[in-house]
Amino acid sequence: MTLLYSEVEEELRGAVRRLLTDRAPWTAVLKRTESDEPYDHALWRTLAAEIGTAALPVPEKLGGAGASWREAAVVAEELGRAVAPVPYLGAAMATAALLAIADDDLLRQVSAGERTAVLATPLSTGPGAAPPVSARVDGDTRVDGDTLTGAVTSVADALAADVLFVIAGDGLYAVEAAAATRTPVLSLDLTRRLADVSFEGVPARRLAGRDAVGPAWAAAWRAGAVLLASEQLGIAEWCLSTTVEYVKTRHQFGRPVGSFQALKHRLAELWVAVTQARAVARYAAGCLADGDPDLAVAASLAQAHCGPVAVRAAEECVQLHGGIAMTWEHPAHLYLKRAKSDAIALGTAERHRATLAGLVDIPS
Amino acid sequence: MDATELRERVRAFLRDHDPATMDRLEFLRARFDAGLAWISYPPALGGLGAPRSLQPVVDDEFAAAGAPDNDPMRIAIGLGMAAPTILRHGTDEQRRRWLRPLWTGEEVWCQLFSEPGAGSDLAALGTRAVRQDDGWTVDGQKVWTSLAHEARWAILIARTDPSLPKHQGITYFVCDMTDPGVEVRPLRQITGEAEFNEVFLTGVRIPDAHRLGEVGEGWRVAQTTLMNERVAIGGGAVPREGGFIGVVANTWRSRPELRSPGQLDALMRLWVSAEAGRLTAQRLGEQLATGQPGFEGSAVKYAYAKLNQEISGFELELLGEEGLRYDDYTMRRPTGVPWQERSPGYRYLRAKGNSIEGGTSEILANIIAERVLGLPPEIRVDKDVPWKDLPR
Repeated sequence: MTLLYSEVEEELRGAVRRLLTDRAPWTAVLKRTESDEPYDHALWRTLAAEIGTAALPVPEKLGGAGASWREAAVVAEELGRAVAPVPYLGAAMATAALLAIADDDLLRQVSAGERTAVLATPLSTGPGAAPPVSARVDGDTRVDGDTLTGAVTSVADALAADVLFVIAGDGLYAVEAAAATRTPVLSLDLTRRLADVSFEGVPARRLAGRDAVGPAWAAAWRAGAVLLASEQLGIAEWCLSTTVEYVKTRHQFGRPVGSFQALKHRLAELWVAVTQARAVARYAAGCLADGDPDLAVAASLAQAHCGPVAVRAAEECVQLHGGIAMTWEHPAHLYLKRAKSDAIALGTAERHRATLAGLVDIPS
Repeated sequence: MDATELRERVRAFLRDHDPATMDRLEFLRARFDAGLAWISYPPALGGLGAPRSLQPVVDDEFAAAGAPDNDPMRIAIGLGMAAPTILRHGTDEQRRRWLRPLWTGEEVWCQLFSEPGAGSDLAALGTRAVRQDDGWTVDGQKVWTSLAHEARWAILIARTDPSLPKHQGITYFVCDMTDPGVEVRPLRQITGEAEFNEVFLTGVRIPDAHRLGEVGEGWRVAQTTLMNERVAIGGGAVPREGGFIGVVANTWRSRPELRSPGQLDALMRLWVSAEAGRLTAQRLGEQLATGQPGFEGSAVKYAYAKLNQEISGFELELLGEEGLRYDDYTMRRPTGVPWQERSPGYRYLRAKGNSIEGGTSEILANIIAERVLGLPPEIRVDKDVPWKDLPR
């Protein structure tokens, strides 16, 4: 397995970065955080359908692009670098679930970017075997299917979804997002909005039975953890390079503040951490793409390592920019909020270390 | 040249050279002459001009056949630092003379760079080389020289023009360690043993034919050596739990009575860091194999030093009462760093050198900040001053 980027991946990165530079500069991202439409649906359509990022991990015979999760992870890096307000993470997790349960029709729609599916679980759900049940199934006597009643809190990307996947007692269900009640949450991270979702007897289609829920959830969660690590890498890279450029130009005491050794060493250490995060994130993406038996270790390793690196990069970005980074008009806070939320998303580093201990036979 | 072709070459070689019956040295010489030593080197110099990334194919094939190796730890300085410098800056004659016995291990190499007054500021070195007849006479003192007591040759940098600023008046030589003017004295370390030495050079004669690169170009030539040194320390592919972390993890697994809940998370933090460092080294190896610049080498070395110090410190505390005991402070002359066989106390003490040897972590941080991140350089008041006028 290579840990380097291929030429194809670099081309894809270039295409995504050009699009984001054009359509989602930080000024636009900041403005959108205070608008009525926190997700950029038009941007998401271009990204998912036209550039085709929704289809990357889906095999060609199922209507996909026949690329792999490795390319999908490169897209996640760029979206992290731009803190872009698109439901990429939620959609990718749902795609992984659909691949696991082989629901080909919905998979075709999702990979074509026609519909966006999102798994309705709390974003903070950490590593563990049991899928988080959030609804009960009522009245399974109707010919056209079941109905669901229940609630789930802090669902990321639900506001941008067409379809929600709900884990109930006896299976995985798809419900129309419009049929559920989605209450927007004021999220710490303004660029990835949460919603509390409730279902009151909404019609639901069963995607998978009791036995398939566990594997589908595990596949979705692992894909999410791996992509999140690449996103965290992108966040950390933006914070590092932006801070480096700033300290070269900001003068105090008659010299660039970046000439002071205290700052140089802090930034050098951060570069070392980001360099390591790149290797770790690439390894996780490779394991996911190849279906490597080490995937469980790689996913938790990636979360245990890359989450804290992104937070540190964002915190250093604020500190080394000084007062300007405490203002609403500077982009640093968008990255700090995303980085800190990402460190909680899909389980904190401490939870992942505990999971790793079990996986690599280090008993308590 | 691909992996299949290389494998076939090794097998053909092994058909004609049976490692079970052949003399070890004869076998290694024949392997060198067949271009199967370091395959990325040119033909006739032990290589085939093949991609460096395919070296493991060859090494694995020889190992599987039970062939003798060249004891790479004992000749690490030759392999990792002297050889790339000779290859890049040496004349054809110098390459032919030195590279073969270097690779086979017949001739051990050491490095005469650091001095008591020139550590991190290596370019301030004061060992003098004065031109005399058809050669040079060298006087001075070098320090922290591993393997000097075993070495046949040394790579040496010395000052040939004190009237120039410090970086400009340096020339790079190969020094014969059997010259009567070379005196090697062991330096005992905090571990009790003496891996390295101080070396006194008194009227040492070096023929001009043993100069590497032009007169006054020694600093530039030395960069090749130093870049390769940083790659050599902490680089290379190792399996998961292949380093210090494996020792501690196995202690943890086999000794439940030592465990405490607080230490579990501390151990897992170290495990994660070790794995991150390992994957970074692996990625660096891939980059180097494809010929991409490897600034990651600085990241690998920097992180490796910190990690080893943290793990070995953790190990001592985990052991509690046992951590109070040490295995052996006897003065010895090891040729490597036998950290697996030695006690946790040895690992703790020896790891302290990891952030000093081959460039301190502070100097590495400066290099990263300036050359990778492009931050302003340190103020260098001595940069344009003739070396002889520097305060010391």
